[in-house]
Amino acid sequence: MTRIGLIVNPLAGIGGRVGLKGSDGIETQRRALELGATPEAPQRAALSLLPLFQFDPTLEVFTPPLEMGETSVRQAGFAPNVIGGIRPSATTAEDTRQAARELAARGVDLILFAGGDGTARDICAALPAQFPCLGIPAGVKIHSAVYATNPKHAGELAAMFLQGKARLREAEVLDLDEAAYRDGRVNVRLYGTLFVPHRPLLLQNQKMPSPESEAYQAEAIAAEVVEQMQAGVAYILAPGTTTRAVAQALNVEKTLVGVDVVRDGELIAKDVTQAQLLNLLETMPAKIIVTPIGGQGFLFGRGNQQIGAEVIRKVGRGNIIVVGTADKLRALRMQPLLVDTGDTEVDKLIEGYFAVVTGYRESMMYKVVA
Amino acid sequence: MKHETKKLGAPKAVAPKPALRRFHQARWDEPIIFELSVAGQRGVLPPEPEAAVVEAAGDVFDNLPESLKRKSAPALPEMSQLHVLRHYARLSQENLGVDLNVDVGQGTCTMKYSPKVNDQLARSHKLTDLHPLQPLSTVQGILEVMYKLEGMLKEISGMDHVTLQPGAGSAAIYANVAMIRAYHEARGEGGQRTEVITTSFSHPSNGAAAKVAGYKIITLPPDADGYPDFEALKAAVSERTAALLITNPEDTGIFNPRIEEFVNLVHSVGGLCSYDQANANGILGITRARDAGFDVCHFNLHKTFSTPHACGGPAAGACGVTKEVAPFLPTPTVEFDGEKYYLDFNRPQSVGKIRPWYGVAPNLLRAYAWIMSLGADGLREVAEIAALNNNYLMHNVLKIRGVSAPYAKGKRRVEQVRYSWEQLTNDTGVHSEEIGFRVADFGSHYWLSHHPFVVPEPMTLEPTESYSREDLDEYARILNHIAEEAYTNPEILHTAPHNSTIHKIDQESFDDPDAWAVTWRAYQRKLKK
Repeated sequence: MTRIGLIVNPLAGIGGRVGLKGSDGIETQRRALELGATPEAPQRAALSLLPLFQFDPTLEVFTPPLEMGETSVRQAGFAPNVIGGIRPSATTAEDTRQAARELAARGVDLILFAGGDGTARDICAALPAQFPCLGIPAGVKIHSAVYATNPKHAGELAAMFLQGKARLREAEVLDLDEAAYRDGRVNVRLYGTLFVPHRPLLLQNQKMPSPESEAYQAEAIAAEVVEQMQAGVAYILAPGTTTRAVAQALNVEKTLVGVDVVRDGELIAKDVTQAQLLNLLETMPAKIIVTPIGGQGFLFGRGNQQIGAEVIRKVGRGNIIVVGTADKLRALRMQPLLVDTGDTEVDKLIEGYFAVVTGYRESMMYKVVA
Repeated sequence: MKHETKKLGAPKAVAPKPALRRFHQARWDEPIIFELSVAGQRGVLPPEPEAAVVEAAGDVFDNLPESLKRKSAPALPEMSQLHVLRHYARLSQENLGVDLNVDVGQGTCTMKYSPKVNDQLARSHKLTDLHPLQPLSTVQGILEVMYKLEGMLKEISGMDHVTLQPGAGSAAIYANVAMIRAYHEARGEGGQRTEVITTSFSHPSNGAAAKVAGYKIITLPPDADGYPDFEALKAAVSERTAALLITNPEDTGIFNPRIEEFVNLVHSVGGLCSYDQANANGILGITRARDAGFDVCHFNLHKTFSTPHACGGPAAGACGVTKEVAPFLPTPTVEFDGEKYYLDFNRPQSVGKIRPWYGVAPNLLRAYAWIMSLGADGLREVAEIAALNNNYLMHNVLKIRGVSAPYAKGKRRVEQVRYSWEQLTNDTGVHSEEIGFRVADFGSHYWLSHHPFVVPEPMTLEPTESYSREDLDEYARILNHIAEEAYTNPEILHTAPHNSTIHKIDQESFDDPDAWAVTWRAYQRKLKK
């Protein structure tokens, strides 16, 4: 018997229609409702279930009560299996996380969740590693590559996955710091990864098939970087899945959202702070391996503040190795990479072109501006 | 009568606008020929030989060395002649191509009419009965064709020497890279020059062939105007630079007027420059590789020079080089001593063979015949009409809702344009690839772009000189109709194609070596477990 789960963040997206640039935080949600916003996520979730109902009306659908899923499931024609409890009209991020944990424990084949980047972070925090899930886009901010291009595509992709016609792919969960965003600053951070079914055309940020999967590209980049590594030199690995691939090639476990240091194929420091890096630089030569984070293309200063201006100055521009998959560079649309370390002098130092490693023995000249 | 005479004057240049072509491919999905095999069926049943023949010949198999005898029968399909014929006749109806439809949608491939008279020449027994091991005195004709074709390509490129040995475009690029490597090695710089520079909008075979030859590849992105970024080149060149491999105009159809500066910069650090002229259709008789300072170049005879595209079978490539690079040309070269044509194998610095023998003779003959039928003025006219056709089509395509031609706003393009449907995608959710599926419903073909898609939602159109104004109008009308559908009824695009043999091809396995199979045996092994 095929079983799926559905979680709807009913408040996802309500900030967008009323110009609030996001929906995180109870205060924002209250203001959005005051401004006349109405929840749209339940409706979008129902839309995504329609292709699944067409595919198999006897699917067992597990879901939290009322606006967190039950309503959408009924609207699509399924008889829902309701789990857990919520406080209607006052749901929280913890409700999302709790529902994800329960659905995972029940061993459903796939969890669909409707929301935005904030919702994806909650799902990411709650689900066991590599648990199959897929986002139905309903939020204001969608930087994470875990969402289908639209609700209908989410349903179609889910149906294909249940039929064994779509494979799982690791996708990044990214989110903006909303408080900063509302003040006009953009700060995207990597929060982790989810495993989502993948088909060309049906997933956002991966709209066209590429000849090589992103995982393969990252592996090829890692092979190049590892081949060039020198004995006795410490390599500072910035956050990201591409830099993690380098660690994997060395059989070293990498902190996905943190900074680790390897030397001679061994992990010598894990999840370090800027102070720890500066201490380390007193004792040994080092290079930085860094990849741009998120759709804005920040190289330094966003999501990797541990590698601060002082560290960069000590390491030197010539010892910075920039890595990035061709897909990632394409998503940046040839817009320059950005740097904002808080130190104008260091920003100027980094400006100019880097040969970004894009594969084994492959690189692309790419511009960095402050 | 006077009135009628007037009507009979100059023929009307423009035919009436045809309605949209309602096309349908064959409805059946013809099985693979192996699936049609019936054990025991035979195409030919040769009669038992007469007793006298048996007596005279003896058992011919006895004379074969053991090592040449098969241990088991070949695993070929077992079929009657009639069933083989039907199979291929049915397959031929599941097809699109230049002889069937307006083929301007296959941008960068330079799809043009291959005159049938050239095919007739290539199929003449005078050519098909030749064997490459015949004494040279008996193959003077084809050697003369090769020698003279080399001469024409020297004139077209401005280069000092040409080889016709490569079997296709990528092989020609590889030959050029191999010669560049040999050039640096001969100067003692082989170990130092490890990097080859190319550009985002040059054909990916440039980077790929150089990588196969052992080089590291550095790609230059386009600048804001769509030209390769000159500042990036400045940052990329060094004493490690072996060569710049570049196309001009690139796939955007934008001609880089600063190309000489690129060449000079690379020369200043000791690197060589290779001009990818696979598609020279827009510049024939107008610009030459040598005049821009290049050291080597190559042509795809199956693009610019009208020989058939072979889809993995033998096409034909030609490399042109300066006299400095000529010592490294593949072996043998075709030479003429004033009386007879001969092959020169005594080339100590040669890179060796790029493929067996001396080139794909039937295609070399086709290209020779094509050039001879046009003459020098005709070649220039080809380029001019190709550019005119392209700018006419662009003018009409840009009137269509949702499409744009990124970069070089307001400027003319040479022979092709890489368009973007990004606006239409944002407005309707319809992707360029889906437009391509729908184009097939109207009997035409459509292509997006090489990877990665630097231009979002790309479409690349290249109307060569072969297409009439009605053809170009028809293609623009198909795109216009589909764009209207995207805005009014996007579902019809999401579910396209509707008139094809196979509804949609599952691309999921394209990057999975465990899932793809290009032979029947591999298919049996991987997918029929």
